[in-house]
Amino acid sequence: MKLYNISLGNIRRRKGKMLFLALGLIIGVSTIVTLLAITETMTADIEERLNQFGANIVMVPKTENLSLNYGGIDVGGVSYEVIEFDQENLARIHTIKNAKNLGVVAPKVLGQVNINEKRILLMGVIFDQELALKTWWQKKGTFPANLDEVLLGSSVASVLGLSPGDKISMGDAVFTVSGVLNPTGASEDNAVIAELGAAQTVLGKKGKITLVEISAFCRGCPISEMTLQIAEAFPNAKVTAMKQAVMSKMQSMEMFKSFSLGVSILVIGIGALLVMVTMMGSVNERTREIGIFRAIGFRQTHVMQIILLEALVLGLFGGVFGFVLGNLVAWGIIPVVIKDGVFVGINYQLGGLCLVMAAALSLLASLYPAFKAGRMDPSDALRAL
Amino acid sequence: MSQTQHLIEIQDLGKTYTSGKNLVTAIDRMDFCIDDGEFVTIMGQSGSGKSTLLSSRGALNRPTRGKVFVDSLDLYALTHEQRADFRSEYLGFIFQSFQLIPYLTVLENIKLPMAVTGRTKREQHHMAVEVIERVGLKTKSDRLPDQLSGGEQERVAIARAIVNKPPIILADEPTGNLDSETAKEIMGLLKSLNRDGHTIIMVTHNTEMEKFASRTIRVRDGNSHA
Repeated sequence: MKLYNISLGNIRRRKGKMLFLALGLIIGVSTIVTLLAITETMTADIEERLNQFGANIVMVPKTENLSLNYGGIDVGGVSYEVIEFDQENLARIHTIKNAKNLGVVAPKVLGQVNINEKRILLMGVIFDQELALKTWWQKKGTFPANLDEVLLGSSVASVLGLSPGDKISMGDAVFTVSGVLNPTGASEDNAVIAELGAAQTVLGKKGKITLVEISAFCRGCPISEMTLQIAEAFPNAKVTAMKQAVMSKMQSMEMFKSFSLGVSILVIGIGALLVMVTMMGSVNERTREIGIFRAIGFRQTHVMQIILLEALVLGLFGGVFGFVLGNLVAWGIIPVVIKDGVFVGINYQLGGLCLVMAAALSLLASLYPAFKAGRMDPSDALRAL
Repeated sequence: MSQTQHLIEIQDLGKTYTSGKNLVTAIDRMDFCIDDGEFVTIMGQSGSGKSTLLSSRGALNRPTRGKVFVDSLDLYALTHEQRADFRSEYLGFIFQSFQLIPYLTVLENIKLPMAVTGRTKREQHHMAVEVIERVGLKTKSDRLPDQLSGGEQERVAIARAIVNKPPIILADEPTGNLDSETAKEIMGLLKSLNRDGHTIIMVTHNTEMEKFASRTIRVRDGNSHA
């Protein structure tokens, strides 16, 4: 006979009461697990959406000039000298610390060409990269497959009266219009888009890059940190993170996380209170029993050990079942509360944490009842005999 | 420190309680000694202070006045935890209404006092089996207390009281809830324990039981009369 035999014997004998005692912990832990799983799924969902959102870092050459453009309206009549990068240096971007988190790197060359006596913006891109970045582009015709094919922005096509299959001359070369973009509301509406090499030739900017759009988003790699890393690799570049979209989404996420944390703390607090009240009730009910223990030679610490051991077992029980229940609820509820949401899977690390937390909480909540039981005057306890 | 060779010495013992605004005297003044190997009954009517006397002597109830010596040890000069160790080593309690732990089996109830003695499981089992045979309950060792008769429960309570081989057994109305035949059997068992060297102090109001004792101390209005 050891003290743990007494604790386990009591738990076995009073299953219903003990289950009620563990219920507070089960509810608390399962709520936390469910909320965390929902948060996790929402984060993953937002990440996926942000990845489809396009570039979130733009790298342009450093310049002292200020843009005279607002909302697509250019008010400057002055042409500044355009500074460009060397294309061969672009490979340096893959040397940054978070290189593995770089998604799409889409370099561009920009310049002005005359088509049918009109000044038009020519944008040279690597189509594979560009199309991976601009997943929302819709077109009539096809995307260019050869160096002598171009894609027209909707406004350009409209102004020049061109449609897929037409030919245009830029510099000394003739290009076929393979497709026309549907209106996007962005700068490409006003551009002729050609393959990077061909555009560089037309513009006389062989091996030059005007700007680079980068898509990089992942969990645990803050965009501002990556921006700094790229700026370090390219001292002559101005690297800007397009944080607004990310920030607003992430702020919503943070708010939800804070809400989840608040609810979790509240539920756990109530759970702990429930454990404490039930344990106090249990100690009062067991006055007679504690009197017997004390009379036959149990020390105060022995009585405390019995109560705390029961609390530990119940805590572990509550942790395990709360974790299982939380995952089951999350699995069932996520598809309901998040459109196309899929349960992210069981987080075993969280399981371990729940176990430790529930056990610690149960012990903490039982500390006072155990102390009270230990301090019970044996003569008072024996008056009940 | 007591200068005598008595096993138990009660000196000028007094105990008062406050009940609301009233002061209640449970023990007015008691002085007596009990020697090693005696079987003493403490007799008195309900409310005479005999149970208070038993719990004071059992290191459970600090008296308001006076001293209790056991084996020359001043019980109430000890700390709470030292008194718990004293009870574990020196005393075996047999309570009124058996007071077994309902969720432990007969064998586990008997082993209960050994849970804090540091004895190995093997030692505990050996000692528990020895006493369960002595009280004649070997075949019922796996039963729960509520599956036993009153007499059998009393036997388990006695087995639990003697399993640690304490020199002193304190019994509070051990036959109070038993029929006369079973009561005689239990008294016979206590008598045989006394013959084996246990000092037995039994509180009772049943004069029939007086004949089993070597001496009777009568308690009236909180005073002892040897």
